[in-house]
Amino acid sequence: MEKLLVSPSPHIHGKDTTAKLMRDVLIALLPVTAVSIWFYGLSAIKLVVVGVLSCILVEYLIEKFLLKSKITICDCSAAVTGLLLALNLPAAAPWWVIVIGSIVAIGIAKMTFGGLGQNLFNPALVGRVFLLVSFPAIMASWTAPAPWGGEVDAFTGATPLGLIKEGLMSGKTVQEIIAANPNLSTGQLLFARAGGSAGEISVVALLLGFAWLLIRKVIKPTIPVTILVTVALFSGILWLCNPAQFTDPIFNLCTGGVMLGAIFMATDYVTSPMSTKGMIIFGVGIGILTVLIRQFGSYPEGVSFAILIMNATVPLINMYCLPKRFGRVK
Amino acid sequence: MKTFSIGGVHPNDNKISADAAIHDFDIPKVAYISMAQHLGAPAEPIVAVGDKVKVGQQIAKPSGFISAPVHSSVSGTVKAIDTIKDLAGNPCKAVIIDVEGDEWLETIDRSEKIESEIKLEPKEIVAKIAECGVVGLGGATFPTNVKLSPPPGKKAEFLIINGAECEPYLTSDYRLLIEKSEEVIIGAAIMMKALGVTKGFIGIEENKPEAIKKLSAIAPKYAGIEVVTLKKKYPQGGEKQLIKAVTGREVPSKGLPIDTGSVVQNVGTAFAVYEAVQKNKPLFEGIMTVTGDCSSAQKNFRHRVGTPMSEIMAACGGVPEDAAKVISGGPMMGKAMANLDAPTLKGTSSILYLTAEQTKRKEESNCIRCGKCVSACPMGLEPYLLNKLGRAGRMDDLEAHFVYDCIECGCCSYSCPAYIPLLDTIRLSKQRVMGIIRARAAKK
Amino acid sequence: MSTVVIFTVVSLTVLGLLLAVVLFIVAQKFKVQEDPRIDVVAAIMPGANCGGCGHAGCRAFAEAAVKAENLDSLFCPVGGNETMKKVAGALGFEVKEKAPMVAVVRCNGSCTNRAKTNVYDGVSSCAVKASLYTGDTGCKWGCLGEGDCTRACAFGAITMNPETGLPVVDEEKCTSCGACVKACPKGVIELRNKGPKSRRVYVSCVNKDKGAVTRKACKVGCIGCTKCEKVCPFGAITVENNLSYIDFNKCKMCKKCVEVCPTGAIVALNFPPKPAAPAAAPAAAKPAAPAPAPAATPAEKPAAAPAATPAAEEKK
Repeated sequence: MEKLLVSPSPHIHGKDTTAKLMRDVLIALLPVTAVSIWFYGLSAIKLVVVGVLSCILVEYLIEKFLLKSKITICDCSAAVTGLLLALNLPAAAPWWVIVIGSIVAIGIAKMTFGGLGQNLFNPALVGRVFLLVSFPAIMASWTAPAPWGGEVDAFTGATPLGLIKEGLMSGKTVQEIIAANPNLSTGQLLFARAGGSAGEISVVALLLGFAWLLIRKVIKPTIPVTILVTVALFSGILWLCNPAQFTDPIFNLCTGGVMLGAIFMATDYVTSPMSTKGMIIFGVGIGILTVLIRQFGSYPEGVSFAILIMNATVPLINMYCLPKRFGRVK
Repeated sequence: MKTFSIGGVHPNDNKISADAAIHDFDIPKVAYISMAQHLGAPAEPIVAVGDKVKVGQQIAKPSGFISAPVHSSVSGTVKAIDTIKDLAGNPCKAVIIDVEGDEWLETIDRSEKIESEIKLEPKEIVAKIAECGVVGLGGATFPTNVKLSPPPGKKAEFLIINGAECEPYLTSDYRLLIEKSEEVIIGAAIMMKALGVTKGFIGIEENKPEAIKKLSAIAPKYAGIEVVTLKKKYPQGGEKQLIKAVTGREVPSKGLPIDTGSVVQNVGTAFAVYEAVQKNKPLFEGIMTVTGDCSSAQKNFRHRVGTPMSEIMAACGGVPEDAAKVISGGPMMGKAMANLDAPTLKGTSSILYLTAEQTKRKEESNCIRCGKCVSACPMGLEPYLLNKLGRAGRMDDLEAHFVYDCIECGCCSYSCPAYIPLLDTIRLSKQRVMGIIRARAAKK
Repeated sequence: MSTVVIFTVVSLTVLGLLLAVVLFIVAQKFKVQEDPRIDVVAAIMPGANCGGCGHAGCRAFAEAAVKAENLDSLFCPVGGNETMKKVAGALGFEVKEKAPMVAVVRCNGSCTNRAKTNVYDGVSSCAVKASLYTGDTGCKWGCLGEGDCTRACAFGAITMNPETGLPVVDEEKCTSCGACVKACPKGVIELRNKGPKSRRVYVSCVNKDKGAVTRKACKVGCIGCTKCEKVCPFGAITVENNLSYIDFNKCKMCKKCVEVCPTGAIVALNFPPKPAAPAAAPAAAKPAAPAPAPAATPAEKPAAAPAATPAAEEKK
């Protein structure tokens, strides 16, 4: 027996560690990564590998040479950011675009604020939005999925949301556009879609990841559920008002980054509220902003912007939405 | 199944000593009976060096309103009245007795016969409990007679017996519930009579089905006593959480349990009350568990107060090789022992060995604002924020965020994935803020 | 196009003028009349806002100084006599010079001198550790080694020496503001006279246990033997509760007490080496002393002190 330890209580600790939670997020992203590799083949593998490695490398270099602080790459948070960033890009994006995105995500959005836990905005989303406004041509042209072994660069085109937006601009109705593009049917959207970023390809794969996160108690269902319900309700109301002008709720839920954003980006611990009440406000805000940007904005897709805007309100939400106190019934 | 509504964590219950029947631990050769056995002012010795004492004889008198007498747990000669070290190494006064034989006071009824008829009147019961030095055995060791005398203007409606034993590893209450079921229920009935209430609850967590079965079978014999099955969730046995689970009422912030009409007493206390009132036996024995995954022995003992803990450890095969920490109490709220020679007290409930793997704290990393501490806090506080404010020394903000409501259950530190020692700083902040509040009140 | 530009320029100019007028009116209306001397004094102050003077900050000190009848009860420990002279000059006061002070850590219980009895595993905070138990050594009085003093110091003048586990005061940086004294839950740190050429003699121990208990816990603890009290020709030393204390106002630094102390608890700092040392003890104690000021702080002593101890004991 060595000298005894003495410390204040509690003397035992739960099994959660930061690295374990982050690993669970990585595991939850496996199905969607697998599906995107299935459809985009080598280009998806390249995307994921470059994204993850460059994020880890950027964090390591900054901590080693700029901050001269403890190296924290082992907590896997950089890997999560890298993977999420990769899944948010079109599969055919060149490698240097991903590297630039990683530098912005980790270097500017995360480390500048003081590293993990200090950042105000979701790093992966900052990286994505930076690329979106810097390289709109690359970011807007999506590769059509080609099953494993097929010709990947066969054809590039617009995303479903982009198709709708273009169609509406040229005066067509929603029904006409969908009728003209068989890839936009609901079944296609659920399992493998006409086009989009690597991580948006399959709603079912994303839901599998969601289930894993819930089973492992990594996240609470509050934020994703409120976002999805709000998107469905709000777009539903618009659709009922004018089905020629607006898309239906299911279409809205299955396209763009709604699922990916709601499940993996909006639930980022650091940039989401702590109390249940706060989570609901946060989710509703994202839902409304997403639909507003999609239906009335100039961008076809609005999830990234909606989440980033709501990220900015989190400190305020945390300040006003306090948890229910024990023994303080009005 | 009932439980409290906010927060809580689910540590493994690890009740590995649950099947070990209670047996008497040997009487020590020298007993070190501390004068600080209870919350409040330490007792004052009323014996002198060289005096002969018998088992159960009073050796110290209370020295204030919140204080309790202390009785000898052994028979023999007072060797010294000196300062000894408690388990944290702090000095405390103790009566040290050289043990000779085992001669009990004749007034103590040592028969095993169950006395179910309560002869004393309420006032007499409270006086008897005070005289016998009964204190709360759930951890805080608050003098029981004070708790049974609600302040003027407050009326008790329920008595709740706390059999939750939500701390992992501990099994002494469980064994007592099984082995002395009827005595515990009579103890509850006595306290109900003293309080003048007609409703009594015995709350037991679902992981003790045998105890629930046994007590449910006996309870109907006694009017108004009901066994309540509680969900297994820590801190179910916290006074405020238990009241919420059983009655649905919340003790108001800065309030006392009596504000909800409830009085909570531990199972061990109920048994001590039974022995004091029905058997005229002062509190000088306690039930304790010796356990731990690395411990060679899993035991439940009845010990004489004042037995050096090191003797108990030695009798159980010594401190295990791989034990890194020895805890008196449970792993969530117990105290780590710095001095293994400290004697047992009335409220000593266990000796728990933990290995380095189980207990050594990992290096703290950045808060990732996951909110797990907020979800875990049974008082609805924001531990991450209190920790930050505490480290910055912002006392006003700490008070505004109700740091004084903290019950120090440890759920926040337990659940933090970044291994931030939240409770360490919050506890200190709480003490400081309480000091400021008291100073302010004194000024007025 | 040009109309747009003109319109913009004109409207912004008008708006700017309007707001300037509003600002002017508000500034006039809410002007606070302040003694102009406060600004003068505040400018003299070092601006550390450390609170060492007992006021909320340098400006609060300046306000107090302007209001005060004389400067007897006011002293800026950071700026010292220089600053106080300037303040007195600005306000037309007389000022008494104060001897410069320095924070002194009165504990020598390094890992070698004071054996550990257990390992503390809580948050690194002396306050938390002190409220939990008596510490990880047999001595419940001395330094807990978690560095609350280093965190309290606004000037970076105290650092923990990782080898000894004790705080080290950098005399050059120490302003004797007293923040560390307040932060230490054990009252180990004291503000003492800096002394001529930084030479000081003090008891580096705060242990009030009985001699035998102290000796068991620590090799260099004060055991309250009163030898120093008896040998002191100036009556500067008192022994109370088994602990010796040297009044730095009375001490003439003859170092007789250092020689008689059986445990080496009394420390003489920054003295030059004696030419003909009577025993090996002073010679062993010397190397630390002449070292340049910042390094020759208490942390150096543990190495020297135990070396001195056996020699001193053998002599008797």
